[in-house]
Amino acid sequence: MTILVIAEHENGAIAPATLNTVAAAAKIGGDIHVLVAGQGVGTVGEAAAKIAGVAKVLVADNAAYAHQLPENVAPLVAELASGYSHVLAAATSNGKNIMPRVAAQLDVDQISEIISVESADTFKRPIYAGNAIATVQSSAAVKVITVRATGFDAVAAEGGSAAVEAVAAAHDAGKSSFVSEELAKSDRPELTAAKIVVSGGRGMQNGDNFKHLYALADKLGAAVGASRAAVDAGFVPNDMQVGQTGKIVAPQLYIAVGISGAIQHLAGMKDSKVIVAINKDEEAPIFQVADYGLVADLFEAVPELEKLV
Amino acid sequence: MKVLVAVKRVVDYNVKVRVKADNSGVDLANVKMSMNPFCEIAVEEAVRLKEKGVATEIVVVSIGPTTAQEQLRTALALGADRAILVESADELTSLAVAKLLKAVVDKEQPQLVILGKQAIDSDNNQTGQMLAALSGYAQGTFASKVEVSGDSVNVTREIDAGAQTVSLKLPAIVTTDLRLNEPRYASLPNIMKAKKKPLEVLTPDALGVSVSSTNKTLKVEAPAARSAGIKVKSVAELVEKLKNEAKVI
Repeated sequence: MTILVIAEHENGAIAPATLNTVAAAAKIGGDIHVLVAGQGVGTVGEAAAKIAGVAKVLVADNAAYAHQLPENVAPLVAELASGYSHVLAAATSNGKNIMPRVAAQLDVDQISEIISVESADTFKRPIYAGNAIATVQSSAAVKVITVRATGFDAVAAEGGSAAVEAVAAAHDAGKSSFVSEELAKSDRPELTAAKIVVSGGRGMQNGDNFKHLYALADKLGAAVGASRAAVDAGFVPNDMQVGQTGKIVAPQLYIAVGISGAIQHLAGMKDSKVIVAINKDEEAPIFQVADYGLVADLFEAVPELEKLV
Repeated sequence: MKVLVAVKRVVDYNVKVRVKADNSGVDLANVKMSMNPFCEIAVEEAVRLKEKGVATEIVVVSIGPTTAQEQLRTALALGADRAILVESADELTSLAVAKLLKAVVDKEQPQLVILGKQAIDSDNNQTGQMLAALSGYAQGTFASKVEVSGDSVNVTREIDAGAQTVSLKLPAIVTTDLRLNEPRYASLPNIMKAKKKPLEVLTPDALGVSVSSTNKTLKVEAPAARSAGIKVKSVAELVEKLKNEAKVI
């Protein structure tokens, strides 16, 4: 049994979610190979070879794979997949974009966002915004799977010494092209990898007030997130959204500020180790999942919290 | 340009679902069913394209039980011109649905197919991408902006790090994200008019599509419950607890 993990990478570095995906592959068992597809990704391939537990790294370096266009990357993965028992990718926006295309090309059902490995063919995954957990068994010859990073502890990024092999296959469907990208710039930790996350909701009232959360986050070394309500209201950009359809986080400490706690938001953060809720409405559903609840005006509580930590 | 929109009948997003006692699934008896929220956004986008003069005809399709006709009528009331139901009482996987949609695409030859990015019941986020693969079309997933010009469409996509814009040759597949638009409500006169719009019923057999699956759901359980903790009285007490009890700061 050999498993192919599709590496997630950005700016010449392996994205942390790749390490959680390798961890899921290790749970399944067997040899683990990693595919790095992109343009000018030699250093990414070298970094992938150092990931603990990886036996071989395949590097497909071609202009067609720049920007991870699914029309080009999916045929590459589908072509390589025939030699593998499982193909895994992180359930990031990239993984979600590419993997179903791979599964359809292979004529198999995909298993999305697994949170645990029960056996080599059986997996658990959340459905209904995490209000139910399904156990799914796959009879596919090649199992195509996306992995929810928070379900698996990352393997070490160093310590391995895998062989690196170039893949010559070039697939350019010529159906799509990259136009532009607007990436959020932040000096704070990445939301899905941060140990502490401070999130704001509708209670923040406007985007300017998020400065209170940024100040607190910088004191704690935390990332800043938001509820869908805050994003929809235009307070902050969409890449900060935590929830069923945004990012799934499970930090050591999650501080929800002015967030009522809709089930769609809880779906994105309820696996956090410790949850703190600050809300002036003591009936807010967020208090039902919070380890520590503080009924208070956030505009008084947050600055005070910032001073005391 | 003809636009095809796929919609799914799902449990209403306000319903708190419960897992059945025998762990065979979630209990959907007597719960409110609605159009999947992302599919509402897909219908709205198609209607806006028609209002702009880009789309000439909107065909709405659903794969599901007889009762999914309700959601198709809703889409017709919102502005779709005609509807197709591929009737199947079985719960189908995303791949089976994509295969059925591919058969409808072959029949209808739309220039643009718009789907929701995921259904809020199975949370799979697969169908649009699979349809794109089966049709050999380009895909613009998680769209927050769709601009058709000539024989291509520019799609701005919500990605983890921000936003990305890609240009796709038509015909193409688009899946909607939350911020693409804000769906309208159907007016009463339009609801009445929708009752007279054509609705064709097909079957997977008639389309010559096998809906077999490589996935089998063994059981469905309730998630581990998270119990409420304690209320602290002050910020100082909160900080003390986080430092000494939870030891997370």
